[in-house]
Amino acid sequence: MLDKPSFSLNGDYYSSRFSELGKGEGDTLILNLGPQHPSTHGVLRVIVELDGEYVRRAEPVLGYIHRMHEKMGEVKTYVQYLPNMGRVDYLHALAWNWAYVGAVEKLMGLEVPSRAEYIRVITCELNRISSHLLWWGAYVLDLGGFTPILYAFDDREMLMDILQIPTGSRLTYCYYRFGGVSADLSETFLTQTRSFIERFKTRIPMYHDLVTENMILRGRCEDIGALPVEMARRYGATGPVLRGSGVAYDVRRMEPYSVYDQFEFDIPVGKNGDAMDRYDVRMAELKQSIRIIEQALNRIPDGPFINPDLPDRILPPKGEVYFAVEGARGKIGVYLLSDGSARPYRLKLRAPGFSNLHVFAELAQGTILADAVSILGSLDLVIPEIDR
Amino acid sequence: MTQILQLLMHPLVHLLVALIALLTFIALNGLILVYVERKVAGFIQRRPGPFEVGPHGLLQPLADALKLVGKQLVMPREADRILFWAAPLLSFTPVAICLLPIPFGPHLLGLNVNLGVLLVLAFSGLNVLALCLAGWGSNNKYALLGAARAVAQSVAYEIPLLLSVLCVAFTCGSLNFVDITASQTTHGLLSWNVFSQPLAFLIFFVSALAETNRAPFDLPEAESELTAGFHTEYSGMGFGLFFLAEYSYMIVVCAVASVLFLGGWSGPFFSGHWWMLGKIYALILIMMWFRWTYPRVRFDQLLNICWKWLIPLSLINLLGTALIINLVR
Repeated sequence: MLDKPSFSLNGDYYSSRFSELGKGEGDTLILNLGPQHPSTHGVLRVIVELDGEYVRRAEPVLGYIHRMHEKMGEVKTYVQYLPNMGRVDYLHALAWNWAYVGAVEKLMGLEVPSRAEYIRVITCELNRISSHLLWWGAYVLDLGGFTPILYAFDDREMLMDILQIPTGSRLTYCYYRFGGVSADLSETFLTQTRSFIERFKTRIPMYHDLVTENMILRGRCEDIGALPVEMARRYGATGPVLRGSGVAYDVRRMEPYSVYDQFEFDIPVGKNGDAMDRYDVRMAELKQSIRIIEQALNRIPDGPFINPDLPDRILPPKGEVYFAVEGARGKIGVYLLSDGSARPYRLKLRAPGFSNLHVFAELAQGTILADAVSILGSLDLVIPEIDR
Repeated sequence: MTQILQLLMHPLVHLLVALIALLTFIALNGLILVYVERKVAGFIQRRPGPFEVGPHGLLQPLADALKLVGKQLVMPREADRILFWAAPLLSFTPVAICLLPIPFGPHLLGLNVNLGVLLVLAFSGLNVLALCLAGWGSNNKYALLGAARAVAQSVAYEIPLLLSVLCVAFTCGSLNFVDITASQTTHGLLSWNVFSQPLAFLIFFVSALAETNRAPFDLPEAESELTAGFHTEYSGMGFGLFFLAEYSYMIVVCAVASVLFLGGWSGPFFSGHWWMLGKIYALILIMMWFRWTYPRVRFDQLLNICWKWLIPLSLINLLGTALIINLVR
């Protein structure tokens, strides 16, 4: 017989285990931040042990939005699974599109026309800008500044309008196909992108004037959550979190895929690895993305946007493949094991947020609660991506 | 007839009428300020703000108020019933008394007392007790943290606030709001205290922001850390009263600031209550502008600003004022 589900005010498995393990000396308070909490960006749950306002320990609890994406990859055909990728990380959907499509292409040896590669670069970078913009607004919101997010959304709205033209959707894009993309770029897209770039170049200095240079914001970010390189490596942190600590690791440069080796762009890095460095790195990346898009727009070749000699069925040969791309949050990896059938035998998704999040527990120790929130925000977490 | 007149002239009747008038003023202002705040936020964030209910959304605050009144009052299971419900009342009630000794015009005055400044400071200090009760009575960890923050913040910022008020009291030689206003009418605009005591005004205004828990010092209700701080567990009018009290204290501190530093009801061209109202709303607009522009400071930074900057500065200012007054006399 099953026990009746019981409800207790004293917490559940996670919180009672947390309080049993290593409870500190003296009067401490165990506080449950989330799964519904304004600053956990979705359904992350963090259990913290507070000594006054100081965080003694913090432990993230995951799994509240686990959707079995990896298992779904095993039971669906390659094509059927494609729309899932836009839902893993809804803020940088195109990078996930790319990681999966790229893995299958690598396994099958499919050739991608160079126009398609350029289209992918342009749209993926536009998507990266919109992701960084949302992070920027949400982070300042975490720090108590209400207004910037609405300015960020102003720009992001234009980006969504632009990306809507070729992709047909505004958030969870499913645009890349095996061997190319699903639609060519229209003239409207190109002109709108150009005018967006011109406008956005005047917006970035405004953002810096209004927000980055603000004394209160600097006080909340500088020397907060300094992440040493050694620790970042230990946890496998990637993306702006790792680059903020001064490691110039960018998949686009280190393991160039597609046509990224043909573009000039810098990899911004920070010095101390504190929240301000992570902030600066992301703000600088906005400019680099603009640079890449401009070069790509000027050099985009003519030709087909999808490989005309595609096989009727996507049936990769037996074997395994790993393909990584640089997402807005770090290295997105897709590992595929194929047994030659229409469905992958095993699909493993490496979400950058998962590794980046676990830095938090160690960084938050000994900080003030408000700093812990600042650190959590500076890691740029997308919980659906972490839980997958 | 004369008896009725005499009865009407009785100070107690005057007080009663003044209290009722002030309560109406406060309730009306609550509605207006909610609308103004949302419109200011909309202006700063480049969106229209409330627009649907009534022309230009003018009836939005009424709709909000109706919604709040109609909501169920929920109390957490293990909360302290008496403290939990006493807190919002205690937060709101002293506001009317705080406005009583403030002269809104040459004759528009609830109560002429010699210790008016002291009366306002004493009764506005009750608010922190209310926040403390709310945090303790809610049986909620977020509320408790918010209350702890509220107490530390209010206690710290009351000191520079008092010291800067004292500077004005020294120069005017009185704690009576009527006398303080009168002393600022002698040489027109230039006799306003803000010109002789600019530092005191600045310190007063910053401390007032902290005392009213307005951004960037809104730590007791910092929603990104404490969800809603001390009023996490309040619903319906329990929350409504806290909300109303917050806006009313904004009026109180802005009214006190305009009497102490900006000449109260006196002004160029004409004098009267319109000037007073104009000054109050100008200060309130500045407070709203801050709220929608700045991020929130951290708790230790907040206390650092107070103990390391505001208190020493206001002490120096006070000593300097005292010295100059002694030399001049």
